[in-house]
Amino acid sequence: MNTDLNIIAKTLRRKIIETSFRARIAHIGSCLSCIDLLVYLYWCELKINPSESENIHRDRFILSKGHGAPGLFQVLAAKGFFPLHLLEEFGKPGSVFHEHPPKPGYIAGIEAATGSLGHGLPMALGMALAERIQKLEYRTYAMLSDGECNEGSIWEAAMLASAQKLNKLTVIIDYNKWQATSRSQKVMAIEPLSDKWKSFGWDVQEIDGHDFSQIENSFNKAREESKPSTIIAHTIKGKGVSFMEDDNNWHYRIPNADELQRSIRELEDGL
Amino acid sequence: MRSLFAKEITSIAKKNKKVVLLSGDIGNRMFDKFKDFAPERFINCGIAEANMMSLASGMALCGLRPVIYTITPFTTTRCLEQIKIGAAYHDANLLIIGTGSGLSYSELGPTHHSLEDIAVIRSIPGIRILTPSDPEELKVHLNESLLLNGPTYIRIGKKGEPNIFSKNNNLGIGKANLLKKGSDVLIITMGPIVSEALKASNDLSGENIDVAVATIGSIKPLDKKFLIEQITRNYKYWITLEEHGLVGGLGSLILEWALENSYLSKLKLKRIAVESKFINRLGNQDYTRKILKLDSSGIKETIKKLCLN
Ligand SMILES: Cc1ncc(C[n+]2csc(CCOP(=O)(O)OP(=O)(O)O)c2C)c(N)n1
Ligand SMILES: [Mg+2]
Repeated sequence: MNTDLNIIAKTLRRKIIETSFRARIAHIGSCLSCIDLLVYLYWCELKINPSESENIHRDRFILSKGHGAPGLFQVLAAKGFFPLHLLEEFGKPGSVFHEHPPKPGYIAGIEAATGSLGHGLPMALGMALAERIQKLEYRTYAMLSDGECNEGSIWEAAMLASAQKLNKLTVIIDYNKWQATSRSQKVMAIEPLSDKWKSFGWDVQEIDGHDFSQIENSFNKAREESKPSTIIAHTIKGKGVSFMEDDNNWHYRIPNADELQRSIRELEDGL
Repeated sequence: MRSLFAKEITSIAKKNKKVVLLSGDIGNRMFDKFKDFAPERFINCGIAEANMMSLASGMALCGLRPVIYTITPFTTTRCLEQIKIGAAYHDANLLIIGTGSGLSYSELGPTHHSLEDIAVIRSIPGIRILTPSDPEELKVHLNESLLLNGPTYIRIGKKGEPNIFSKNNNLGIGKANLLKKGSDVLIITMGPIVSEALKASNDLSGENIDVAVATIGSIKPLDKKFLIEQITRNYKYWITLEEHGLVGGLGSLILEWALENSYLSKLKLKRIAVESKFINRLGNQDYTRKILKLDSSGIKETIKKLCLN
């Protein structure tokens, strides 16, 4: 199974980079760092039938780090939430496919408009409470970035989720050690991140966010917990393309033709 | 405009040791020169804008002149109560810069549009609101506001805005400028979108409609003398043009001013602004201006319709 997931992730990495080149969309580094996690979530973890993407019992997934949307759009298309050809509109004038997810109703599978950091987790918290109040049957997931954990709203949500014992809420942190202009540890002393979440009353696991068997184990364990769970996924920004890895210029940069070819060659290797 | 901001704030900070620059984790490399010479006076406050705004008020209450810089929605609506209480109620000497205002980040979607910032900040007492149209005007506004007491909000564009003003213009806080004379219609505008107004005015001169163009530059305080002078010129129509929502912006301001000063009967006013709706189908700034009829051809069309009726 893991080799399949690896192949899917590589294919999507390539599409993310090609789209960035063609449509001039930034945040490649941010998309490559979380794409393995997104692939695992949508292929193995989330109970969502792409052809019934509004079923009230579906699991809810919110990309709280909204600037990773170019990665999420590829995942949703590959899973059949909408026809692949819609992505040809990516970045074009008048399209709904741009750098951030729009509000629900424009792209199947998108649960909330994000892009302003710090909104997604509190919204996920509300969705988890709505499940309990209405006696529905779903789990709620929110993917955060490490820089996003600067926002006070994240910690406000963390405290309330814990007080409410929302064990069907899972947070995944794409911990790539960078935010927009600096190392996340340098800006906000984010460490000890794991202890922070623990002290807020969450179950915490730390994994390699590019290793599918560790990802699998962590989600399986999170499902058994009696508290809300955080999976701190250690990742590499720009993962999968040697010259983008851990180089934060790829937060904003768009590849030129040569860089596009070089990244495609690297990603074809081993397919 | 943002590169002029980086350059100018660096040179101001060299002279004025009270000036501290706070950024909300944006402006990669832009502030390298500032950081080189005064690392202790540059703080990346992270992606935590509410905190940044309140701590700036604290700094101001202890004698510093903090300057807060991040993307407009995050430095305005994201921390509105911090602006109301920390900055305005305390008369704190701080300078708030919103970069990428209006539709500068059009393609990033409603999270990055700022079409209500002037409306909400205008409703708070005691805070200046400046809307420079080009780098030169921004430079003057920056220097002047750091000498005044109390908070100031400056709404700026992104990059590559053309130079509009010449030496003959009268730039400064509370100063409007007539950029182009005309007798039929007066367009009053603010910010970089003035270039669309100038283009529309030029195009319309070929069609025998004589359009004057003015920039307001300063929403609060307002150049009332300038406005009264314009009233005496008896234009057939006044147009307000803004890259901001229809509610509470420049158009509302002019209407309120006219009402309170009994000019309403002398004024035929048309507001060109963004209708109060979220924009979901996206494109770059030029595209969105066009769709919303805020570009030169949309302005032309509106004026022609008015004048031919
Ligand atoms: C409230 C808010 N402030 C600022 C920004 C601008 N911004 C976009 S991405 C980003 C930081 C990215 O770092 P991180 O959150 O760690 O995500 P990564 O790209 O590393 O996955 C910032 C500051 C924003 N989108 N929202
Ligand atoms: Mg990060």
